[in-house]
Amino acid sequence: MKTDRRAFLKLGVAATAAAALCPLPARAQASRPRVVVVGGGFAGASCARALRHTDPRIVVTLVEPSATFIACPFSNSVIGGLRELSAQQFTYEHVAADGITIVRAAATAIDASTKSVTLADGAKLSYDRLVLAPGIDIKWGALPGYDEAAAAVMPHAWRAGEQTLLLRRQLEAMDDGGLVIISAPANPFRCPPGPYERASLIAHYLKTKKPKSKLLVLDAKDAFSKQRLFQAAWAELYPGLLEWVPLSKGGNVTSVDAATHTLVTDFGKHQAKVANVIPPQKAGRIAEVAGVADRSGWCPIDPVTFESKLQAGIHVIGDAAIAGAMPKSAFAANSQAKVCAAAVATLLAGGTPPSPKLINTCYSLVAPDYGISVAGVYQPTAGQLADVPGSGGVSPSDAPRETRKAEAVLAEAWFRTITTEAFG
Amino acid sequence: MRSVVAAVIACVSIAAATVASAEPPAGAAACSGCHPSSARGPSPVARLAGRDRAEIVKAMHDFRSGERAATVMDRIAKGFTDDEIQAIAAWYAEQK
Repeated sequence: MKTDRRAFLKLGVAATAAAALCPLPARAQASRPRVVVVGGGFAGASCARALRHTDPRIVVTLVEPSATFIACPFSNSVIGGLRELSAQQFTYEHVAADGITIVRAAATAIDASTKSVTLADGAKLSYDRLVLAPGIDIKWGALPGYDEAAAAVMPHAWRAGEQTLLLRRQLEAMDDGGLVIISAPANPFRCPPGPYERASLIAHYLKTKKPKSKLLVLDAKDAFSKQRLFQAAWAELYPGLLEWVPLSKGGNVTSVDAATHTLVTDFGKHQAKVANVIPPQKAGRIAEVAGVADRSGWCPIDPVTFESKLQAGIHVIGDAAIAGAMPKSAFAANSQAKVCAAAVATLLAGGTPPSPKLINTCYSLVAPDYGISVAGVYQPTAGQLADVPGSGGVSPSDAPRETRKAEAVLAEAWFRTITTEAFG
Repeated sequence: MRSVVAAVIACVSIAAATVASAEPPAGAAACSGCHPSSARGPSPVARLAGRDRAEIVKAMHDFRSGERAATVMDRIAKGFTDDEIQAIAAWYAEQK
């Protein structure tokens, strides 16, 4: 590599002579560092690839039970009938072609003291450093009445796949004039603008196909991501069709009854024809098993290395991590994955990782030709990932429709690029 | 003995330097979330690898000052110092 050569040249003749005395190549081959990555989503796949690119000596194993990854970004377009689920699906062929061993199994246990991962079939993988990228799990039981059986009737569709298609089919089967309800959870949860993009694209579907219908968003919050932009667009595009009920107006759903399609709030009961319950969430299960999740259900990390604050040698990235000001988004996961990979490679080589800078860029569609965005730049500040002062923010509120149209095109490009980086 | 110790120390620092030098400077790795690393497939977003260093620096300064119209780059450029922009531009200019 060009940069490697330059480093050697900089060190000069003396260092070259010293290197000649070093048994480095032989030793490196005998004990190549091993990194196991658990979870093959945006965070895990990006991290595995970045590890190989950063230092090809590292032996990288990616543990992921699914043969196909189904991306959440743009899955709201699938629900709204604007896109097929096949456009969301990616395999691990190209990841494997980078020299990464893909183990198609679920990790069931992790022992931080012996540095080993146990798989569902009992096999064990040893590691020098472990990266956990388990994404989210639904916190079953946190919303009374909402269990796995209820999710088959009132889909969450918050992990893309069969749930996404179920919600779409329910909307397609509904008669015109029906009431659709989305229940949005309290913070933190995967994809902060997601419930509102979903509301927008379901509203678009109803406006186009079933204009006598109504959409109610019952929210456990009084504020949400890109709120002013969403609300201005809703007033313009979906007046009288979409109603958002905040926490302070009785939006908090306290229980559900799947048998009667009822959502109960502090202020009353709502019966839906189609109910999409986005429930409270936590880090993917293996995080709890590994002892890297705290009482919140999420994983505290060091903002420079993404190493767990609870277990040495284990790094946590993506939605599962408590990443301060960074949202739980695919872009943030990819950004964290690359920083974590560089930090892991540096630590394995005995170095000290430098303080990183991370970015998030996130588009939402309010209609197929109406996009809005949020961007942020982050750096470790007082032990947390914090916004770089003066940076970031959302699309301008007074932008013309041409800008919204351009952002919808950029949203598509965003998806192509980030999925290519992780899986392509 | 002393020369052996020196050689070992040099050896360790070479290993560290090799890895460190391959790493992009702070912030640079994040760009490829939107700016494609691969030349495959069309994108409305510019590739950065191999681009002229001064051109990247000027673009970032113009985005930051608001002189150049932007979608998200105005908001992102404001998060980077002059030194960081110089380092990122230099690194991308050397990528293939």
